[in-house]
Amino acid sequence: MRHLLSTRDLDRETAIRILDVAEDMAQTADREVRKLPPLRGKTVVNLFFEDSTRTRLSFESAAKRLSADVITFSAKGSSVSKGESLKDTAQTLAAMGADAIVVRHHDSGAAHQLAHAGWIDAAIINAGDGTHEHPTQALLDAYTIRARRFGAGARGRDLAGMRVAIVGDILHSRVARSNVWLLTTLGAEVHLVAPRTLLPHGVEHWGATVHEHLDDALAAAPDAVMMLRIQSERMRDAYFPSAREYARVWGLTAERLALLGPDTMVMHPGPMNRGLEISSAAADSERSTVLAQVTNGVSIRMAVLYLLVAGSSGTAEPTGVEG
Amino acid sequence: MTGLLIRGAALLGAHVDDIRVRDGVIAARGSLSPETDERVIDARGLVALPGLVDLHTHLREPGGEASETVLTGTRAAAAGGFTAVHAMANTSPVADTAGVVEQVQRLGQRHGYAEVRPIGAVTVGLAGEQLAEIGAMARSEARVRVFSDDGHCVHDPLLMRRALEYVATFDGVVAQHAQEPRLTVGAQMNEGALSGELGLAGWPAVAEEAIIARDVLLAEHVGARLHVCHLSTAGSVDVVRWAKARGIAVTAEVTPHHLLLTEELARGYDARFKVNPPLRRDEDVHALRAALADGTIDIVATDHAPHPIEAKECTWAEAAFGMVGLESALSVVQQAVVDTGMLDWSDVARVLSSAPARIGRLEGYDEPLAIGSPANITLVDPAHARAWSTADLRGRSTNTPYLDRQLPGRVVHTVHRGVLTVDDGALVEPEAVAAAHQEVARG
Repeated sequence: MRHLLSTRDLDRETAIRILDVAEDMAQTADREVRKLPPLRGKTVVNLFFEDSTRTRLSFESAAKRLSADVITFSAKGSSVSKGESLKDTAQTLAAMGADAIVVRHHDSGAAHQLAHAGWIDAAIINAGDGTHEHPTQALLDAYTIRARRFGAGARGRDLAGMRVAIVGDILHSRVARSNVWLLTTLGAEVHLVAPRTLLPHGVEHWGATVHEHLDDALAAAPDAVMMLRIQSERMRDAYFPSAREYARVWGLTAERLALLGPDTMVMHPGPMNRGLEISSAAADSERSTVLAQVTNGVSIRMAVLYLLVAGSSGTAEPTGVEG
Repeated sequence: MTGLLIRGAALLGAHVDDIRVRDGVIAARGSLSPETDERVIDARGLVALPGLVDLHTHLREPGGEASETVLTGTRAAAAGGFTAVHAMANTSPVADTAGVVEQVQRLGQRHGYAEVRPIGAVTVGLAGEQLAEIGAMARSEARVRVFSDDGHCVHDPLLMRRALEYVATFDGVVAQHAQEPRLTVGAQMNEGALSGELGLAGWPAVAEEAIIARDVLLAEHVGARLHVCHLSTAGSVDVVRWAKARGIAVTAEVTPHHLLLTEELARGYDARFKVNPPLRRDEDVHALRAALADGTIDIVATDHAPHPIEAKECTWAEAAFGMVGLESALSVVQQAVVDTGMLDWSDVARVLSSAPARIGRLEGYDEPLAIGSPANITLVDPAHARAWSTADLRGRSTNTPYLDRQLPGRVVHTVHRGVLTVDDGALVEPEAVAAAHQEVARG
């Protein structure tokens, strides 16, 4: 594995390997000294063309715990907001000697271009590109589901037989796309739930079961219900008439929460719109994995950085991951 | 040397004959012996076609000289075997006045690589609000007969109705860029399973088909001609077929790239494959080929759209729409529909020369290679094959989608009004072209 651009091209073994390395990373978080040495002397650049404080902090903290030097490049106030092209930014970073670039971009395919256009030789980690993919989010979601279900026995396992419902703006969601490919690869059964206006054309080819009503999906007794953030501009663009109607038909209300099976998890990638896609009752319940997802995010990003950067230099291939 | 003797070419790919060119016209055909003052071209193994006519070219001048000029664009045209191009109106300033169209036409005439027929804007500034001075452009020295807001759809139905009626007054035609704007806000590629997977906003087929359906009904209602630019979907073919069966005066064009390439090329987010209308599905490509073969689609037009490198070396969403196509058009047509047995070379002469000339009211192309007609001749070697490269391009821009693709055929000679513009595969220098035209004019 040279880059992490998409979960679509991750095979089952590589995905499980990342989750298992993340388990190792998580254990170090309980130590008194949390810092590990493997990326000492390596430079990780966080290149954020789009604001995302949570994802940026998560990657920063992951890289620092692995002892990497971290440079953060945010669009606001930098040359990238003054019309510098992706190509020039990439070549600048290459000239600075970046070993890995974590890129968040408002355009789909930006990470793919950085990896393949020949502008820079560093490992590229996609931290969200347009409405395309957000692979580390999907990995941390899979990790969270696996850890909740199997606890200490999670290592080495996939998600075979588990049922995950993803609810909300599938059309514009990179989280949904990355999750569909990854969860399917790991053997889970994925259900997608959205009004028809927020389902992409051709979603029937995604290998997931599609529902137009949340109640139908909940009737299928999912092991996890993942609520996606609804952005307010979707209302203006006539994807649905009002927040109230959305919450009534597709929101995880207190009433729907009461219908869930005893072990069903409630997930959300954050930031949440309480009262719209998720009620406070659901967000704050015992079932909620929202904070665990944040914690696990750091472990997953440590694992990815470790596998891509520590594995890329030495004489041997310590990770056993190729490609 | 004022004359040419082209020996042994297969005329329209059929019988082998010699062609004598004198004083800018085709003077004789048959088994001919060379005369002392004429240049002899050994054309054995080559196919002789009439000079190609492009109804849809972006020459970019005035305003876009970083991408192309009338000179560089007509050199690219000559290299591709074209002797006439229709220059789209989306320049800066827009070709919406007699002054701009006359300037563009004169530039073409001065350089002499191809006849430049300016297309006039339908609306002022392509803004879709107010009719441009169509009458003034039609009556100018440029004698404009094709009007288009290409790049923008004339989407207001009332304005489109008026445009069809008003343009018909001057024996012109509206060439519509069929794209419902509200259905294509932010659109990046064909809407389908792949756009959903790649996270690129979809450009649905219905946004093209709905406008074509509306426009053919408007054309029928007001009794005017309509031309549909770069038709790209199987559904559009059905609509045009229905309209023609009903007797509506509609003509349609397809681009070479829509006859060969599919949306799958968007997978790598390489913006060289970003074009408007977008590359479609395999089913659409096959429907377009069949429609060209059965006459539902009348012509092939390049939509040659040069862009500077930086407009393509960026993210897909930031990149400009469009690809260059003049140099590659004949090769792509050969690969897509000739080598597949759907069209023969006389069909190629129709879809790339006589039919577009008729739509554009361009004289001298009615009877391909007829004695007495202007000597616009393209000699092509269909047996040639090569991997396409930027070295095959002759314009100012390099945004070709065919790099490294194996393409058949090569234009060996192009004759424009009796003057060689391409000689043995190489462009003739501007001074030599200009001097030769003067010699022909002196007779």
